[in-house]
Amino acid sequence: MAQENKDNKSGKISRRDIIAGLAALPIVGVIGYGLLKNKSEADKRNSSLLSDIKPEIQGGIPPLIEGKTLRIGIVGTGGRGGYLMKAMGFVHPDRIDEYTENAKTDKFWEQHLADFRAQENLNIKITAICDVFDKNAERGIAAGANVHRNGTGGKMDDSPKRYTTYNELIASPDVDAVVIATPDHWHVPIALEAARKGKHVYCEKPLSWSIAETYEIRNVVKETGIVFQLGHQGRQTESYNVAKSLIKQDVIGKISLIEVCTNRNDPNGAWVYDIAPEANEQTIDWKQFIGQAPWHDFSLERFFRWRCWWDYSTGLSGDLFTHEFDALNQILDLGIPHSAMASGGIYFFKDGRTVPDVLNMAMEYPDRDLTLLYSATLASEKNRGKVIMGHDAYLELSDTLIVNVDPRSTRYKEKLEQGIVEPFKPIFSYVPGQGAVDAITSPTEKYFAGRGLLYTYRDGKAVDTTHLHLREWINCINAGNGAQPSCNIDQAFQEAMAAHMGTISYKEGRRTYWDKEKEVIV
Amino acid sequence: MYANYITMKHTNLQSFALVLLRITIGWHFLYEGGVKILNPHWTAKSYLLDSGGFMKDFFVSIAENQTLLSVSDAANAWGLALIGLSLILGLFTRISGIAGIVLLLLYYLSHPAFPGIEYLFPSDGSYFIVNKTLVELFALLVIFAFPTSHIFGLQRLLKSKKSFLS
Repeated sequence: MAQENKDNKSGKISRRDIIAGLAALPIVGVIGYGLLKNKSEADKRNSSLLSDIKPEIQGGIPPLIEGKTLRIGIVGTGGRGGYLMKAMGFVHPDRIDEYTENAKTDKFWEQHLADFRAQENLNIKITAICDVFDKNAERGIAAGANVHRNGTGGKMDDSPKRYTTYNELIASPDVDAVVIATPDHWHVPIALEAARKGKHVYCEKPLSWSIAETYEIRNVVKETGIVFQLGHQGRQTESYNVAKSLIKQDVIGKISLIEVCTNRNDPNGAWVYDIAPEANEQTIDWKQFIGQAPWHDFSLERFFRWRCWWDYSTGLSGDLFTHEFDALNQILDLGIPHSAMASGGIYFFKDGRTVPDVLNMAMEYPDRDLTLLYSATLASEKNRGKVIMGHDAYLELSDTLIVNVDPRSTRYKEKLEQGIVEPFKPIFSYVPGQGAVDAITSPTEKYFAGRGLLYTYRDGKAVDTTHLHLREWINCINAGNGAQPSCNIDQAFQEAMAAHMGTISYKEGRRTYWDKEKEVIV
Repeated sequence: MYANYITMKHTNLQSFALVLLRITIGWHFLYEGGVKILNPHWTAKSYLLDSGGFMKDFFVSIAENQTLLSVSDAANAWGLALIGLSLILGLFTRISGIAGIVLLLLYYLSHPAFPGIEYLFPSDGSYFIVNKTLVELFALLVIFAFPTSHIFGLQRLLKSKKSFLS
């Protein structure tokens, strides 16, 4: 001790100094060992999961194909029509005022406004508007003139012309293409007229209101060669494409059951929309609204809440099941089911509606050895998700995608035994904008992915799928090479027939079948 | 003033306890940092998005900006590892102590244990204002206030006992 103190004072390093100075080094070695062990375990899991799987991910937004400015006429400028206009870059100035006001205190709206302003200009001009309700038409005109996306008092361009009938709008030489956002019973008559006049058509879903008109529109679109897109913007959802490529690579094994649902629980979701105070028999062209529907005396409820009556609507099957069907048709190429069986009723919204607010449908695909189950209620928001169930794993889909392993899987049997994968835990996840499908290894990732929380993982600015869907249609028109968009008339035909099979089954209380040869519902 | 700290006489047990605390905190930091450095896909994005409390917007804005996120991820991972290494080896522990306190304060502020705030990421216990992050933060303050690297650590070999950096 005396010697050591002497050493310290003299500045010499003693053996004791060396021991006390370096004694912690082995600890670093132990931690290094721990880190390498952790790393090799993670690498093993990653490589054994991803080595033979190559998910396809479409990156980025397809560039606009150049062409002359496309002149668009819009039939129906109510709720959905207004949304489609926004997706094309046109909103009423008072909406911009509203976004600006909200953005002052709310970051969500600040981002929303910035995203809308950043949305690419599609090189189109809204030249014509048609709506049977004056207020909708006036709002459509104001939105169409708002080329520069300004608020009230900002610079506006030429206003689109209002036509009182769709026939006149379609006949106008100022219209190259028509966007249809009317009640269901008007989709086909307007689309037919447009196609026959050689105008391209973007039509809201579902394709048709009656079975007979479904054949006619398919024939006419094909004969005329116009560019047709049905408004299922889910076609642009990245995770659906990733799901398709994973399933193609047999990641989830043989699929026997698919479960999809609709769960809403508010008046708006149940189609009980507000009735505009300006609406009356003078401001609404009631006769034109009725069209091919059975005659009914003027009714504000029927006009604004038309989705609640079979007279104008296709109910849950046509309105909401079709979103699910089209997503699955895109992913699995399902086509029209062999049979459909539906049941349900008006159990919650006893407001005079004729369409059910609860609907369950089982659609059989014996050729594919699988059942598609759809279950909907407008009176509970417990979302049961979109699940594709395979023998080896199940795939949960929304904007994100999660693959969970089945404990009895054959494909993953060894990995389950080795503890590389855990039953009912996610093994793959994909979130929009991520650019890669990740093998999930860390507990944190499992936790977040398992709850679909990675939804907020969007790089850069959010892009509206409806914008992308319209853009695809416009690109096909500009390409002018006969190419049709993703939700073309054949896909639309399958969508409509599947929905009609469900509706007939519900209405008639029997199982319906699709005769593949004759292409008829029996 | 610093000389007062290092000439402070501890009993063997006091020194042992302080060194043990320093090394275990260092261990925790180095391993956390190392795991993040070795995982090329690691990012604090989901953690930041799950932030709560009065600084939530600040942390969310980091998560939503790719450049800021990359910088913050790298600073976080390397910061943790270097602080950990420094505490274990007993070199520059005053600086690493402060850096560690700042880092822990940021973690705490992104997920403060205030009543009424719920996080998606599950908590491993029940906390009211004080949680383990805060305890570790104050433990680092103890390490900062009672330096030991001149007793047990590389600093002892440098003999520059007057340096504030020890």
